[in-house]
Amino acid sequence: MQQLTISGSPHIHGEESVKKIMYSVVYALIPAVLISIYFFGWDAARVLLTSVIACLFFEWVIQKYLIKGSLTINDGSAVVAGILLAFNVPANLPVPIIIIGALVTIGIAKMSFGGLGKNPFNPALVGRVFLLISFPAQMTTWPVPRPLFAKAVTDAITGPTPLGLVKESLDAGKRLPEIMADPSMPDYIDRLTGNMAGSLGEMSYIALILGGLYLIIKKVIDWQLPVSIILTVFVFAAIFHWIDPMYYVEPSFHLFSGGLMLGAIFMATDMVTSPMNMWGRILYGIAIGLLTIIIRIWGAYPEGISFAILIMNAFTPLINRGFKPRRFGKIVN
Amino acid sequence: MKSLKSFRLGGIHPPENKFSAHAPISSIPLPKQLIVPLGQNLGVAPKPIVKKGDEVKVGQLIAKADAFISANIHSPASGKVLKIDDATDSSGYRRPAIFINVEGDEWDESIDRSETINREIVLDRQQIIERIKDRGIVGLGGATFPTHIKLMIPEGKKADYLLINGVECEPYLTSDHRLMIEKGEQVLIGTKILMKALEVKRAVIGIEANKPDAISHLRELSADYTDIYIQALQVKYPQGGEKQLIKAVVNREVPSGKLPIEVGCVVSNVGTAFAVYEAVQKNKPLIERIVTLTGKAVRKPSNFLVRIGTPITDLLEEAQGMPEFTGKIINGGPMMGKALSTTDIPIVKGSSGIVLLPQEESRRPEEKPCIRCSKCIQACPMGLEPYLLAKLAKLALFERAESGKIMDCIECGSCQYTCPANIPLLDYLRLGKQKVGHLIRTRKN
Repeated sequence: MQQLTISGSPHIHGEESVKKIMYSVVYALIPAVLISIYFFGWDAARVLLTSVIACLFFEWVIQKYLIKGSLTINDGSAVVAGILLAFNVPANLPVPIIIIGALVTIGIAKMSFGGLGKNPFNPALVGRVFLLISFPAQMTTWPVPRPLFAKAVTDAITGPTPLGLVKESLDAGKRLPEIMADPSMPDYIDRLTGNMAGSLGEMSYIALILGGLYLIIKKVIDWQLPVSIILTVFVFAAIFHWIDPMYYVEPSFHLFSGGLMLGAIFMATDMVTSPMNMWGRILYGIAIGLLTIIIRIWGAYPEGISFAILIMNAFTPLINRGFKPRRFGKIVN
Repeated sequence: MKSLKSFRLGGIHPPENKFSAHAPISSIPLPKQLIVPLGQNLGVAPKPIVKKGDEVKVGQLIAKADAFISANIHSPASGKVLKIDDATDSSGYRRPAIFINVEGDEWDESIDRSETINREIVLDRQQIIERIKDRGIVGLGGATFPTHIKLMIPEGKKADYLLINGVECEPYLTSDHRLMIEKGEQVLIGTKILMKALEVKRAVIGIEANKPDAISHLRELSADYTDIYIQALQVKYPQGGEKQLIKAVVNREVPSGKLPIEVGCVVSNVGTAFAVYEAVQKNKPLIERIVTLTGKAVRKPSNFLVRIGTPITDLLEEAQGMPEFTGKIINGGPMMGKALSTTDIPIVKGSSGIVLLPQEESRRPEEKPCIRCSKCIQACPMGLEPYLLAKLAKLALFERAESGKIMDCIECGSCQYTCPANIPLLDYLRLGKQKVGHLIRTRKN
């Protein structure tokens, strides 16, 4: 007689697994990884590799010696955190700082809560914001891209990001038409492809949107959340631009500069830290968009989406309480 | 292409694997011994009225309904009562059963065994209900609720629609499919009988679009039955759930905690309609049913006409044996069926199929932490939050699980099927339902 397994129904299981979900995020990030390596060369590869390996290492060490649980580094979540952390820092960030970032990302933001699924805040963003506050100089020194196969480069090695340039210049009393004419301001083509100063992986909007479409088709993320963030930023930027076009940049500038796309597509949509109900997610997206614009316009930093997402992460449990699925057969009085 | 009707909320699309869809219904030789469990219907088990050594005929009453919700059991074979003793049933418990040593095949004379189709319905409403009760008919979709009780509409309620469930949304199973193809007219007459008993003017037979042959066959036949409509439905699990079927076919939503009659509907399975035909037109009790025996490695996936009480071993022999490396035997479909501990377990009124899973599909994959992907919420056809209810059950927070409407759960398993972290959500939900049900009952007392 063969051994028969007894268990409760259902006896079949779908194709989905945590590992598949995590690796589809990794696949979705590949176009942006390649573009970043193209623009920043070995610097990008160095930051990416350091970050991913450090994240894997810290997760392995903590899981094995502190949590004493089964191996988790092959579920892909540490790889995703590593890539996203690398995407959120400048390409010339020194290796020790990256390792500190990875330790905060995995050690503090993820494993101290119990590992995957338990963390209230997006680990890569916690790591990024920690570095931004702790190493402000290194984290805001942006290397200018040097495409791999381009001719010998100019001597300008670092430069401001478009958003940083706008903010500094406005603070210096300049007005927009003058700022936009600045030679260090990249044109739209450069901005779409990622040929400008900024964090490693945030700049190539085409690559990020491609990755996002892949995730939407694979049903790993929904379209409502990224779209609600991007639309909110667009609408509010448009309102301000309409009020004073000399002082507030046009809305499309906001969409295609800084970390908005990376944040909206890959960070805000993190399953663990975002609300579960579709309407809750839309509200969450609108709030992130609003906070992003507020920080960008009035905040001390030129960039705001990291803070916006972290702030809203804290509201996720509350949103989950308030937004429930439509129940079947609920009596409406 | 116009999209077909279906329910809106949740649902999944597991692989269909209907290997036995083209295997005609075949009989199997009578076994040497039948084990007829007493607890075959929802509600109270009937009391045996035979004792050791009694001679019985096919169709003779051997256990009599003992409560309001109970159903008669008739002898599925002729022979001698060996004993009344405990036997393992599909739930894994040992419960009382009547063991019959089969001798010959002598039928009770009152049963019409001819092949002729009796189209004229001579019995009146009350007689039909009495006959159905007497012949021990229960819902054959799996719930085994005594059919005659369903036909007694409570005071103040009225049925507008009779829905006949030909959905068969469980993967692998094909017994209803074959029945509609091979006994289509009898199903329609059974439907007419149920309509008469319920005094409804309209009946709809819902069939999923993956059974085009059954749909076209019944549509052809229904030309003579103008008040029966054949509704093709989009393929989606769990459309065979009665609340989902009502929503799909007539777009009415049964309120939480209520029965279909609340929205003017009564739902019966096609198998039940056929059994009703046989009981009313042929005076035949529910002593046999169609059982699918299938699986990826089964050499001859089949649909057998089986006497109640036949051990599964006998079915396996007819299907050329149990495949090597079988890891799980399921009584019912793979989504809602029960895993069996042995092949000695008999077929009962509620057994729609036996599905054999190979070893590599038998064990659950390793459980991972919940990543709050919300796929279980999207899959839930009742609009619940399975991840949350499972967690509440795990933490023994049953009051909160109750306000989260855990009792609405129909145990379809869509959440667990979908969960990428392989969390046994339905195990926890069942535990929670059991505890919350207990809470509700103690509160009432």
